[in-house]
Amino acid sequence: MSETILRVTNLQKRFGDLHVLRGIDFAVEPGERIAIIGGSGSGKSTLLRCLNFMESPTSGTIELDGKTLGRPVRGNPDDRLYPEGELCAVRERVGMVFQQFNLFPHMTVLENVMEGLVTVKKMKKQEARECALKELQKVGLADKVDAYPGRLSGGQQQRVAIARALAMMPEILLFDEPTSSLDPELVGEVLRVIRALADEGRTMLLVTHELGFAYHYATKVIFLADGVFHEVGTPDEVLKHPKQERTRAFLSRFTEFSF
Amino acid sequence: MTYLWDFAPVLARSDLLVEGLINTVEIAVISIVFGVVIGLALAFLKLSPKRALSYPATILIEFYRNTPPIVHFFWFFYALPVIANISLDPFIAAILALSTQSGAFYAEVFRGGIVSVERGQWEGAKALGMKQSQLMRRVVLPQALTRVFPPFVERSFELTKTTALASTLAYADLMYQAMLVNSETFRPLEVYTTIALMYVVLLVFASTLARVAEAHMTAYRR
Amino acid sequence: MNYHFDFALILQSLPVLLRGLLVTIQLWVPSIAAGLALGLLLALCRLSKTPFIRVPSLLYIELFRDTPVLIQLIWFFYAFPIIVGVQLSPFIAALLGLSLNTSAYSAEIFRGGIQSIAAGQWEGAKALGMRPTAVLRRVILPQVFKRMLPAFTNRAIEVAKMSSLASVLSVHELMYQGRLLSSTYYRPLEILTTVALIYFLMIYPGSYLSMKLERRMASNS
Repeated sequence: MSETILRVTNLQKRFGDLHVLRGIDFAVEPGERIAIIGGSGSGKSTLLRCLNFMESPTSGTIELDGKTLGRPVRGNPDDRLYPEGELCAVRERVGMVFQQFNLFPHMTVLENVMEGLVTVKKMKKQEARECALKELQKVGLADKVDAYPGRLSGGQQQRVAIARALAMMPEILLFDEPTSSLDPELVGEVLRVIRALADEGRTMLLVTHELGFAYHYATKVIFLADGVFHEVGTPDEVLKHPKQERTRAFLSRFTEFSF
Repeated sequence: MTYLWDFAPVLARSDLLVEGLINTVEIAVISIVFGVVIGLALAFLKLSPKRALSYPATILIEFYRNTPPIVHFFWFFYALPVIANISLDPFIAAILALSTQSGAFYAEVFRGGIVSVERGQWEGAKALGMKQSQLMRRVVLPQALTRVFPPFVERSFELTKTTALASTLAYADLMYQAMLVNSETFRPLEVYTTIALMYVVLLVFASTLARVAEAHMTAYRR
Repeated sequence: MNYHFDFALILQSLPVLLRGLLVTIQLWVPSIAAGLALGLLLALCRLSKTPFIRVPSLLYIELFRDTPVLIQLIWFFYAFPIIVGVQLSPFIAALLGLSLNTSAYSAEIFRGGIQSIAAGQWEGAKALGMRPTAVLRRVILPQVFKRMLPAFTNRAIEVAKMSSLASVLSVHELMYQGRLLSSTYYRPLEILTTVALIYFLMIYPGSYLSMKLERRMASNS
């Protein structure tokens, strides 16, 4: 039996004249870890950002737990209207970790992680503090709770951002190139945290250039180019035995990539 | 210089000047508070994607920024009562003039601060499931307000200096009291020099407070 | 609204108001010119390494920036003549007050501009064998003027608004005529609204220009 959490049907996104996503169809099952790879400008970040409505899809539908989000606009069947309340509810269930961390600089590490719990989930301060401490412990930053993000390294900031997303108990986690803006020596500590989440069996989508990581920890790899899926399959199929010429050309650029 | 300075007659009426100073501070503080409220409202209206909201706000802001404050004082004191069929005392008229005028300036200050908050901050807050109002209150405004603090203080100083115009409506501020003392003592040089220095002391004191407050607010940047 | 707005009166008053506008401009333009010239001198004094030159200029600048303009005008009209022993006409007192006030604010604009020019510019010009005055004139100031143009435009706008305070000294400028007419005809709404609009029409173009300049500079950098 299928208990698909998220289903995307014919998703399209245009920025003005630029047609970034040209009809995307896929589904996310519980416990799946999907790595989305592709060159810059392929639309992979845009795709991820459409899933929690950081970008509004131009057309197509997104279903969460079998329920289609938004409602059609009268007179234009392609266009959908997404009320704020519904989007907030979706974002509570679909967490996101950004390339640039986007921590709140005016709050301490602990306050950053508590913020969503208190403001959005209306949790009591004390309870939120305990939750936040637990998540920070998990990402190995229990000793930094009172620091401001500006004092932390990029890797530490990204781990706080992961803790902040985790604290909300999301059903799906979206990672938008979580290690791309980190110095090389800091990539490992962030990937280790993500790996621990993979081991817990969390459902996640990951846009990344870390092909080695995708190979070992993804259950499915999607190669995106020019706004469409060129190749979808297991890590072994897509990364080791690609069928498409385009995929091979993309992979050949990663010379340091070895399994 | 053959002129003999004599501050004694002025000092003898220092009670009047102190009263004036208190009235000046009172009118300034009240107008800053109302100005901030008006400024925030105008800033949000101007930022609205709906033209029906943003255009009137823009017109109001531009009108106030491009006309002299003394015209506003006289307009509120003499002209507004004619249309509204009410009578205003100088105190109310001065507060209306000062707070609307500074509201227009504050609006631009606040708007600048709000747009200066990086897109990632808005997205970080949205991704947690925050509503627009929560995102504003918890994430954007706290950061915007620390950034706009210096121009905000500058604007508030301008407002404090502009309170002297309330004297033209016969409100008993420092300037007006000085005119009273002058008409009693016939010592314009001493009187007006004294109150000029009183304004300097007031503003220097306020700017010291502002610096302390700013250091406190931006502690997280260090 | 049951108030009857008297448009005929506005038309009738317009010639008087425009005469006032002419006086406003006579206050405005010379104040800016004198203020800029004196402001540059003050800025150089303010940047001087000699305390005897720097400190007085600093005090002068702060004194004008930390007191209301209204007091400055009144001081020059009622107090200053006592020191110099010559009674000034209201117009001259207002002109003096506005010019000196403008000089203090422009000095700060000049100073900010001069300090924002990279040290490399000074060194580059000196390396060519230019004398300091030549460096200032040929290299630094042209850049300062360009970079600070929006700030100077904003200052000019402030001076235009400030000039209305001369009405308190009975200089027959726009605001004074407006006050006189509105009390003569008991029609403050019409007259004062018209005065406000005239000021707006006079000032807004400069304000618009300054906004455009700032935007263009922001997008260039």
